[in-house]
Amino acid sequence: MKEYTKELNITVKVNGREYHESVPANMTLLQFLRNKLLLTGTKEGCGIGECGACTVVMNGKTVTSCLVLAAEADGAEIRTIEGEAKGEKLTALQESFIKYHGEQCGFCTPGMIMSAQNLLDRNPKPTREEIVEAISGNLCRCTGYEPIIKAIEAVAEKGNR
Amino acid sequence: MIVEDKSKLRYVSKDIPRKDGVEKVTGSAVYVADMVLPGMLYAKVVKSPYAYARIKSINTSEAEKIPGVRAVITGKELNYKVGLYVVDKDILAKDFARYQGEPVAAVAADSELIAEMACEKIKVEYEELEPVMDPREALKPDAPLVHPDLGNYSYMKGVFQPRPKTNIPHVQKIRHGDIEKGFKEADLVVETSFYNPPVQHVALETHVAITQALPGNKVLIYTSAQSPFTVRSLFSVCFGIPLENIRVKVPYVGGGFGGKAGIHLEPLTYVLSKKAGGRPVKLMMTREEEFNTIPSRQGLYSDFKTGVTKDGKITALEANYYWDAGAYADYGVNVGRAGAYAGAGPYEVPNCKIDSYIVYTNKVFGTAYRGFGHLEVLWGIERNMDIVARKLGMDPVEFRMKNVLRQGAYTITGEKITRSHGHVYDCLDAVAKDIKWSGYKSEEEREKEKKTGKVRGKGVALLHKAPAMPTFTSTAIILKFNENGSVDLMTSLTDYGQGTYTALAQIAAEILKMPIERINVPWDSDTSFTPYDWQTVASKGAFMSGNATIAAAEDALRQIKEIAAQVLKCDVADLVCEDEKVYLIHNPDEYLEYKQIVNGYVYPDGTSIGGPVIGRGRYIAQGLTNLDPETGQGLPALDWTYGAHGAEIEIDIETGEIHVIRLASAFDVGQTLNEGLARGQIIGGVIQGLGSALTEEFKFSKDGKFLNASFVDYKILTAKDLPDSMEQYLIENPQHDGPFGARGVAEHPMISVPSVIGNALYDALGIDYFRLPLTSERIYFGIKSGKKEYHD
Repeated sequence: MKEYTKELNITVKVNGREYHESVPANMTLLQFLRNKLLLTGTKEGCGIGECGACTVVMNGKTVTSCLVLAAEADGAEIRTIEGEAKGEKLTALQESFIKYHGEQCGFCTPGMIMSAQNLLDRNPKPTREEIVEAISGNLCRCTGYEPIIKAIEAVAEKGNR
Repeated sequence: MIVEDKSKLRYVSKDIPRKDGVEKVTGSAVYVADMVLPGMLYAKVVKSPYAYARIKSINTSEAEKIPGVRAVITGKELNYKVGLYVVDKDILAKDFARYQGEPVAAVAADSELIAEMACEKIKVEYEELEPVMDPREALKPDAPLVHPDLGNYSYMKGVFQPRPKTNIPHVQKIRHGDIEKGFKEADLVVETSFYNPPVQHVALETHVAITQALPGNKVLIYTSAQSPFTVRSLFSVCFGIPLENIRVKVPYVGGGFGGKAGIHLEPLTYVLSKKAGGRPVKLMMTREEEFNTIPSRQGLYSDFKTGVTKDGKITALEANYYWDAGAYADYGVNVGRAGAYAGAGPYEVPNCKIDSYIVYTNKVFGTAYRGFGHLEVLWGIERNMDIVARKLGMDPVEFRMKNVLRQGAYTITGEKITRSHGHVYDCLDAVAKDIKWSGYKSEEEREKEKKTGKVRGKGVALLHKAPAMPTFTSTAIILKFNENGSVDLMTSLTDYGQGTYTALAQIAAEILKMPIERINVPWDSDTSFTPYDWQTVASKGAFMSGNATIAAAEDALRQIKEIAAQVLKCDVADLVCEDEKVYLIHNPDEYLEYKQIVNGYVYPDGTSIGGPVIGRGRYIAQGLTNLDPETGQGLPALDWTYGAHGAEIEIDIETGEIHVIRLASAFDVGQTLNEGLARGQIIGGVIQGLGSALTEEFKFSKDGKFLNASFVDYKILTAKDLPDSMEQYLIENPQHDGPFGARGVAEHPMISVPSVIGNALYDALGIDYFRLPLTSERIYFGIKSGKKEYHD
């Protein structure tokens, strides 16, 4: 193993705000968000793309940010959990998670919400199967998923946002 | 305290959203994983590649030369021992490495990357030794000793008895009635054996701690832990630092399930911090380390011999449990103890003999895991009940109904079942009705169904569990009032998702007669500020801290009324509280608002009385006794929660895959405190238990290397693996000493989920399986074998 000292300049839009930053070539998007921008809402659960806790939306698609290099995000638009609520106003999905007990320990919740919100943005009236498919890459050990599925279904029934 | 009129409850029993919801859905809840302190260093560990090895030498000189490395440490320089019940563990392996993945050296550096690079430069010379991987092998007289020094270790006397020069840190015995007489009375004796493999908790936030060695022999610890006071006391014993010099803070915790009880990374980060001149040191386990460095749930071999009469009464049960403790005793000895006193299931067994051996092996060690031994023993017990019923030619529901514990019966430790206990038969009845149980299908029906490629089966299984804890377990709650009359509820219980903080706020709001929105539960537990709590484990939180909250709220109301009585010139007995007001019972127009009192009452002329109101409440486990070392008789259980599962499953004959159609669960919770949170615990627990049933298992190579330390090779269930439908029955026969009559229900849902699947599997296929997990592969080979009993 070698410490990479080479730095690259990148421009990334995160939650609507543009950042110009210099990043090491081997820095992941997850490390960039958490360590550089101090957006720690996005979590690391495994670091190798198996648990989904680090899910963010990149150019309209969900990615596990531990498997994306920060340099790859140059010119990209990123959405993280911190950009969901507008001030004190939670999104319909966030409200629904609270109402239906979609969160317990809360560690998978940010990634789970990003996967679910991305589904609802693409497909405002998803079926149960589509919901399950959309969150099947997000591991949760507390809730047994059922309350999360209910929370998403409730938003789908009422219409997104 | 039980509820006389449930219609009068305003907060208790209601589905109230959790207090920490907004923080969690916005990503603003801060976990130790997210924290960075000024000057903080990052630690990494070097791990043993061998299951058992003598450490011949460790050369750290190359690592120390790397710029940015601030401390390198090995076991040799650390003269400390850590342990909960048997003090058997070094902070870093010293002389011997006892499992593959055990830390042998550690580095603290300016960045994780530098620490990792330095770890790669540390040269360790090992002499590989023959490991012992199977607890039954480890019991043999010529087996290698995992701890040759077991006789010299200190341990909790009166509770545990390590046997020197063996691999046995404890044997829990139960002797109840006359076992020989019991078997003589039997018309039929049945023998069975079962196995569960070790598994992991898989909290999404891996273990992480930040520790700073401060001047003046003081220590500051931030840790992702369940029990700040237990971390503090074990840390104090380990280093000889006075308790008051150690401050343990626990912010939001990303899942625990028992894996974060006890003490883990705190001592290692402390010695690194000390060596690095007092800079804070953070160590977070990688997912791989979470599997093979951090402790797990023990494996278990169980043997049963059951005597029954023709009409279906159990006359005798003999059970031997062999726990695969792994390399260190940790919680394992107590898990084996709890598994023994609960080791006959929720049944009346007049003559019982149990030997529960906790056995060292060269595996990653065992610890507490949701249910604490009960999922493991009940896998065998509840499969055994079905098999015995069948040999008797009796319906398994009927057989259970004849033997379940009822008022007046005695448990195998001699505890009498009273009106305060729950009704296990109500739980069984609920799930049997739910799945429309009507007895096993016939062999003809099975054969006919098999031709379609899919076969269905149904089953039931029962469970019980009480908190496993010391007789003197205690807790306290402080309620402090803010100037505007709102309340901060202070507790050192940790809420890592169970929702206990919300339940406590509901209890406080109910007693104080004020809106729940005005009860705040501040998040960090902090041994220097929040009052004592033994541990957040064992499903004792809502029960014990709930009782303490009632006491604290009543204490606050008493103080409020005393001041109000002076101001309103009346007797305290004439005062009533409602809507944050205290008023004269005969004249509601004469009142004071709480906020006028809780910081001191000021008369119109400026003179003042009273002062800040602080409600304090405490609770200590009532009436528990140590178990007799020879017979296991005594009272180990504060409150038993009984439950049952009923399942309908479908098996694909071609692939062996199990699809769960229906999973119904019933628990006698005494009194529901929060319906939404209770259902959340049940659904989450059932799915976690379904993981133990279907997929989860540690795999080791022949020479003891851990083979599946990732989510690709160790599958936990995803959203795609859920039953088609689930139901939860909350049965309410109150616990008279519970808060509003409630019992714990956090761990119980996962217990007996494997058993109910195993029982339904027999109904579907006519094949008995004895080993977990019930993977498609195992089911498939069982079908292929053509046997009625599949032991592989």
